[in-house]
Amino acid sequence: MSGYNFAYLDEQTKRMIRRAILKAVAIPGHQVPFGAREMPLPYGWGTGGIQVTAAILGQNDVLKVIDQGADDTTNAVSIRRFFARVAGVETTTRTTEATVIQTRHRIPETPLRADQILVYQVPLPEPLAKLEHSRAETRQMHALAEYGLMHVKLYEDIARFGHVAISYDYPVMVNGRYLMSPSPIPAFDTPKMNRMPALQLFGAGREKRIYAVPPYTAVVPLDFDDHPFRLSRAPHACALCGARDSYLDEVVTDDRGGRMFICSDTDYCAGRQETADAAGEAA
Amino acid sequence: MSESQSTSPMLQARDLRLSFGSINALDGVEATLWPGEVLAIVGESGSGKTTLLNVLSGRVAPDSGHVYYRDPEGETDDVHAMSAPKLRALHRSDWGFIHQNPRDALRMGVSAGGNVGERLMAQGARNYGAIRASAIDWLGQVEIDADRIDDLPRTFSGGMLQRLQIARTLATHPRLVFMDEPTGGLDVSVQARLLDLIRSLVARLGIAVVLVTHDIAVARLLAGRILVMRHGRVVETGLTDQVLDDPQHPYTQLLVSSVLSA
Repeated sequence: MSGYNFAYLDEQTKRMIRRAILKAVAIPGHQVPFGAREMPLPYGWGTGGIQVTAAILGQNDVLKVIDQGADDTTNAVSIRRFFARVAGVETTTRTTEATVIQTRHRIPETPLRADQILVYQVPLPEPLAKLEHSRAETRQMHALAEYGLMHVKLYEDIARFGHVAISYDYPVMVNGRYLMSPSPIPAFDTPKMNRMPALQLFGAGREKRIYAVPPYTAVVPLDFDDHPFRLSRAPHACALCGARDSYLDEVVTDDRGGRMFICSDTDYCAGRQETADAAGEAA
Repeated sequence: MSESQSTSPMLQARDLRLSFGSINALDGVEATLWPGEVLAIVGESGSGKTTLLNVLSGRVAPDSGHVYYRDPEGETDDVHAMSAPKLRALHRSDWGFIHQNPRDALRMGVSAGGNVGERLMAQGARNYGAIRASAIDWLGQVEIDADRIDDLPRTFSGGMLQRLQIARTLATHPRLVFMDEPTGGLDVSVQARLLDLIRSLVARLGIAVVLVTHDIAVARLLAGRILVMRHGRVVETGLTDQVLDDPQHPYTQLLVSSVLSA
């Protein structure tokens, strides 16, 4: 590839981003400002995630990109192709084969390993943004670990709906210190972040923030003693692979109320179908 | 009430000075507050009452002078030399602040129960049932119907909003509450009810109060001691009845004589 530096960004920019990442890893859950660059895709499509990926990608890395769990959606395909072209790295759709996984709104069902890195695309890094509009004030609240306000939001949900009605971007405490937005992953995925062996990096391009959860770090969803955090999941089995433990997408199939529930993680679903086929042939 | 009998002051201001340009808002002010007592700061508009309240509560730093606070353990701290986290913690727990306009303090998009519970949750309360029970209890104490617990403050009347602000502030059992014209902007009958409520709560809970008011009647009703300010100076101080019945300073005499007797 000529005309571009390896992985698109110039080396000075990558160094700047790596410094931000190192600081973020050193202070788990703390949002570190960085000089986000213009990227050849619009804000909201993963400009933060793509810069973090570009900064950590090496020649021997194997990249997987998912969007809402799927490898074959527009965002995933275009970012994967982007790095295949500007970095020439190997790409894959298999979770187990990847060394770097860039994700939008999901964590793969297959447990990640210590030699993998998960890069999240983050639209709104500030978990308190909707409750307190002043950024100066939210920074102060983070500095002093004053997170009572987030519990007021949970209180309001329970008072109104009888349960905490946050289905995605569920606020979490990292390492017992910083309140963090896990990016808009479903609440179903939040427990997977806790003590995950893989390094988790978060990039927000428009908001120019990077934060991180180092391997094996405690990530605890906020809750009340008498209203503990509960997993929510559509009460169905996947129509394709029969999984009852995976996060499901509801797919409308016609205009007469027809619908099916399938795994949102396409690689997990395909892997289960292959295993089932192989077992079927062997039988 | 061993605390109120203790002889050491809870809050002490020493030679406070603060000027805004050429205006001396505070000009060598001294003030002392003992545990469990209600101190009223009276004076005309622009006399420095609210500035004094803001300086005493650590919200505004003086040009010179000190404010000392003695905590329940007997430790004395200079309020303005305290670290920001410590001062904020104090404002969340031991202290309370009641604004003239309840909309400044309340979260208008959060239900009444959430507003009362916020300070509890800020202190680390993590049991929903307990927080809710406490909110219902406090709403009852300020005479708001428990049915209104999930209503938004914007559906409340002005007097109810002020009572909600009081419930929210007292929920964490502060020892010291600063009040800035708590009955301002309310009609007379609502004022009377609110004053009655404040008086009974303060007496029952043994809270120390610094009260700013321009209304001599409010000071007479609530305060044990009074501090009269003019042009940033304390012109007279003493027991409320003494000062109001036998004012010594010409300005205090003017202030007292200008009140319409009912």
